[in-house]
Amino acid sequence: MRTFHSYYWIVLAAVIVAVAMIAVANGPVSVPLAGVIDALRGVGDPTAVAIVRDLRLPRVILGALVGAGLGASGAMLQGTMRNPLAEPYLLGVSGGAAVGAVIAFALGALSEAAITLAAFAGSVIAVFVTLAVGRTGGRATRGDLRTLLIAGVIVGAFANAVIMVALASAEPNRIRGALWWMMGSATDATWSRVAWLAGSVGVIGAAVIYWAREIDVLALGEDTAISLGVDAERAGRRAFILAAVLAASTVAAAGLVGFVGLVVPHLARAMGLRAHRPLILAAGLIGGALVVAADLAARTLASPLELPLGAITALLGVPFFLVQLRKTS
Amino acid sequence: MIAVADLVVSYPAARSNAVDGVSFTSPAGEITALAGPNGSGKSTIVRALLGRVDIIRGNAMIGGDEVRALAPGALAQRMAVVPQREETAFPMRVRDYVGLGRYPHLGLWRSPAADDERAVDNALAQAGVVELADRTTDALSGGEWQRVRIARALAQHAHALVLDEPTTFLDVAHEMAIFELLASLARSGLAILLVSHQLNLVARFAHSIVLLDRGKIAVSGTPNDVMKADRLESIYGWPVVVTRDPAVGAPALVPLRRPLKP
Repeated sequence: MRTFHSYYWIVLAAVIVAVAMIAVANGPVSVPLAGVIDALRGVGDPTAVAIVRDLRLPRVILGALVGAGLGASGAMLQGTMRNPLAEPYLLGVSGGAAVGAVIAFALGALSEAAITLAAFAGSVIAVFVTLAVGRTGGRATRGDLRTLLIAGVIVGAFANAVIMVALASAEPNRIRGALWWMMGSATDATWSRVAWLAGSVGVIGAAVIYWAREIDVLALGEDTAISLGVDAERAGRRAFILAAVLAASTVAAAGLVGFVGLVVPHLARAMGLRAHRPLILAAGLIGGALVVAADLAARTLASPLELPLGAITALLGVPFFLVQLRKTS
Repeated sequence: MIAVADLVVSYPAARSNAVDGVSFTSPAGEITALAGPNGSGKSTIVRALLGRVDIIRGNAMIGGDEVRALAPGALAQRMAVVPQREETAFPMRVRDYVGLGRYPHLGLWRSPAADDERAVDNALAQAGVVELADRTTDALSGGEWQRVRIARALAQHAHALVLDEPTTFLDVAHEMAIFELLASLARSGLAILLVSHQLNLVARFAHSIVLLDRGKIAVSGTPNDVMKADRLESIYGWPVVVTRDPAVGAPALVPLRRPLKP
């Protein structure tokens, strides 16, 4: 196991700042790095100031927040469920959000706020359905958080069926919007959207960090957790809801950005982190950097065409993950 | 001290009670063993102590208070448990793992202080695993892992230690080493409640044995009281003889082979 040195924090912070700077500088119109700093301060070429401040910066910050939320959510769930394959989208979060958004599209909702709200509502409903399904077992299985994982997969499968029915019966010109949303995108970043997401990632993130020690204990199994004074069922449910709402708010802001919640916690663990407080923090930083980099690739690789962000995160994440897997085994 | 009085526990949809009117005490400074065939209710009693099953009648007390009335954190400060199964989802450093035993003593922000570090050092030393402190939990042998788990429980600084089958899968030497460790912990004043299948080891190390059969106490008392061939034969449904351990004179059980049919 690698030893995590405290200077890694500085490296992580430097990486995310550097990636963000590069992302702000690049696009259809490149702005030199010095120009970026001037534009951030509001001086220099007014066009550059507008591009940087109104277009690129909100998009980069939105991407960073989406990645941070998904990374932290994944790190939390993998520990709580004691399962390296757990990720927020497995809990019905993505399925529920997609159902909400697709139904909104199919009904002809045009306002961005309506779709965001529908997605958020869909994922929250799906999470509570998952919780309810997970609790239908007897007392013997109820405390077992792994039941929740199975419940989440089942709710997700049901959501997929609803999406297919909704898409099949929707008008063709509305399907494209719905599909695009399901592939994830930071295109519609506005400062108000950034502010909303920053608020929810900040508040839920703080709660997650506060309760992270409990997850260290939960990761030892229910019996041991209880013997150490943690009400395993309650703590598990709390962790599940926090992680799900965190992921749901990112989905409402940018659609489905796959793979981040699964792969990022493993990258953080590969740095030698185990205790969940630093692990979740590091997963947030790595996730933020990954999504910002992926979004940069999504809008520059095939410019002026924009590629789906959710696909790029997977394309970037998978090789990275495989290299790590080879190193550790 | 752990005291269980007239305890009745039943699982939903089960025809009979898993634990049916069991009473015993596990006093400080002694090893008390819960023994009996598979399904006799041993582990259910541990689950009842942890509050994981509903107690239908009777009670389980720890240090004079009912376990059901204690907050989880308060219970954890009095009783440490080494459950039968435990797997760390992600391997971690032994020292950090043992440090989790301090959880019930941590403050609001749950971050360890110098006292906690000292408690971890002591627990590692007591369990004889100081040299494993920097290893990761996936790089331990079965015997090492059991000792490390006991160290985690010792870091908890409880008065009572409950262990559920701590020597399953261990070879003779490691099994003996764990029992010797438990004996020394009992001498240091801990109340040790041990669930074990190893009747012969239990007969040599435990001060008293509670032998369960289908949820009820078949017999309890000193090893000499409990280790009677006719009784064990009817409980386990297998022919046995009881001899003497040549070294300390403790009763020893020898299950017999069935005579070959002519």
